[in-house]
Amino acid sequence: MASPAWRPSADLATLRLRAELLQRIRAFFAARGVLEVETPVLSAAAVTQPHLASFATPYSGPGSRHGQTLYLHTSPEFPMKRLLAAGSGCIYQMARVFRDGEAGRRHNPEFTLLEWYRVGFDADRLMDEVTELVTALLAGRLTLEEPERLSYRELFQRHLDLDPHRTSVAELAAGAARHGIPIPPGMPADDADPWLDLLLTQGIEPYLGQGRLTFIHDYPASQAALARLRPGDPPVGERFELYLSGLELANGFHELGDADEQRRRFEAENVARRARGLPVMPLDESLLDALAAGLPDCAGVALGFDRLVMLAAGKDAIQEVMAFPLERA
Amino acid sequence: MANYSTNEFKSGLKIMLDGDPWAVVENEFVKPGKGQAFNRVKVRNLRTNRVLERTFKSGDTVEGADVVDVELQYLYNDGEYWHFMDPQSYEQLTADAAVVGDIAKWLKEEAICQVTLWNGVPLSVAAPNFVVMTIVETDPGVRGDTSGGGGKPATLETGAVVRVPLFVQNGEVIKVDTRTGEYVSRVKE
Repeated sequence: MASPAWRPSADLATLRLRAELLQRIRAFFAARGVLEVETPVLSAAAVTQPHLASFATPYSGPGSRHGQTLYLHTSPEFPMKRLLAAGSGCIYQMARVFRDGEAGRRHNPEFTLLEWYRVGFDADRLMDEVTELVTALLAGRLTLEEPERLSYRELFQRHLDLDPHRTSVAELAAGAARHGIPIPPGMPADDADPWLDLLLTQGIEPYLGQGRLTFIHDYPASQAALARLRPGDPPVGERFELYLSGLELANGFHELGDADEQRRRFEAENVARRARGLPVMPLDESLLDALAAGLPDCAGVALGFDRLVMLAAGKDAIQEVMAFPLERA
Repeated sequence: MANYSTNEFKSGLKIMLDGDPWAVVENEFVKPGKGQAFNRVKVRNLRTNRVLERTFKSGDTVEGADVVDVELQYLYNDGEYWHFMDPQSYEQLTADAAVVGDIAKWLKEEAICQVTLWNGVPLSVAAPNFVVMTIVETDPGVRGDTSGGGGKPATLETGAVVRVPLFVQNGEVIKVDTRTGEYVSRVKE
C-alpha cells in the first residue's frame, strides 16, 4: 500500500459501497420483520473452540474490586441465543467481532459479521434466504448462475476422490501428496480434522463458488461446532458454509438446543485446548441456562460482511475494503 | 540462530528448511473460519534459486538461517578457488566454481563484490552491475562505421566475450552491464 499510513487503505468509492450495502441489509431484514439487536462486545465468558482465539482485556471498576478479565467476542452467537430463548423471535445483528492471530489478505483481527437467526427455519430454508440476500446485494456486480449445494462428502469425493467420513489419517496424507498439496510439519497422526482443513483450504477452496454460490452442508460430527447432529451412518452436523469466488463467506447451523450436549462440547473443546497448551476459557453459563430454559427451533448464520464487500467491489484484499485495517489501526 | 514463528514470516526472511538456507518470497495466511490455520509460503533456495511452496501450521516456528550479505574485494583465482578479502578486517575467504557460477567472467581483480555468506561461508557472489574492462582481442572494425548496428565479438581481459560496435578497437577500455552482458560505452583511460 503506497499511500501514507494516516490515510484509509480503502478508496472512498468502496467506503460508499460499504455504507450502501449496510443500508440494503437493514432494509432486507426490516422488510421481513427480523429485529435488529445489539449484544455486548465484552463478555465474562468466551468461545471454547480451539481454533478461535479471543482477545482478553482487564476490567477494573465498580462491581469488580480486584479486576476481572473480559473477552472480546469472536461472534455474537451466545447472547443472541439468550435473546431467542427469551422470546425475541427472529433477530439479526451487524457486529464488529475480534479474533486474535488472524491477519492476511482475507483476514483482519477485527471485522464485521452479519449474524442472523430465523425461528422455525432449518438449514435448507436458511440457505435459501442466504441466497436471496447475497444475490440481491451482488446484483449488477457479479453474474451468478444457479447456486449449488454439495454435502461435505460429495465435495471431497468430487475434488479429491476421498471420503472424508471414512478415510484414515494415513490415507488423507497420501491423498494430499497425490494432489501435490505440501504437507506441513507436525501434523497429528491421530486427528483427521486438521488434515481435512488442509485438504479443504489447499485443494478445494480455490475452486469453490466460481460464478455461483456454493453451499457445503452436512459436516463431519467432529466439525459440527454449535450445530445439531443428524443421526445416520455416519451422523453429520447440520452445519453449512457458503463459498463464492473461492472465498469462505458464511457459516450456518441448525442450532443445537440441547444444553447438556452443548456443555459436553464446550468441555471437550477445553480439554483439547489444555492438550495444546492453549488457555482454558470460562464457559458461558448464561447461554447454557438459556438453552436449558428452551431455545426455539431455529437456524442461524454468520456472514463476513467485509468479504462480501470485497466481492461486490471486485477487490482482492480485505484491506482494500476497510478504512483502517490492522496495519493502520 | 533465532527461531521465527510463521507470524514473523515476511518477504526476505532467511530460514532453514531441509538443511538448506531459503528466503521467504511470499507468505499467505489461510484459515477456515472454524478450523486449523495455515501459512502457505513461497520460498527460494539461496543456493540453487529454486522456488517452491511450503505450508506450515500457523504459529509453528522455523530455525532462522545465518545468511548475510557483505562487500568483499576479489583478489585472484588460483585455478580452483576464487579468493576474496574483507577490506576492513583483511580476513580472506574462498569460493569454488559452484558458488561463483556464471559471474566468474565478470570478476576483475580488486573489484568489490557483494558476497552472500551462510554461516560465514560464501554461498553466492553477485557481480557489480557495471564493470570496466580492457579488450584483449577483437577484429579490426571498418573505419567510419559508427552506426552500432550488428557489431562484432570482443574478448575482455577476464575472458568474457561481449558484442561491441565495429568502431571499438583492440586495447580499448569499455563499460559492460553484467546483468545483460551488453556493451554500454567506451571509457577514456
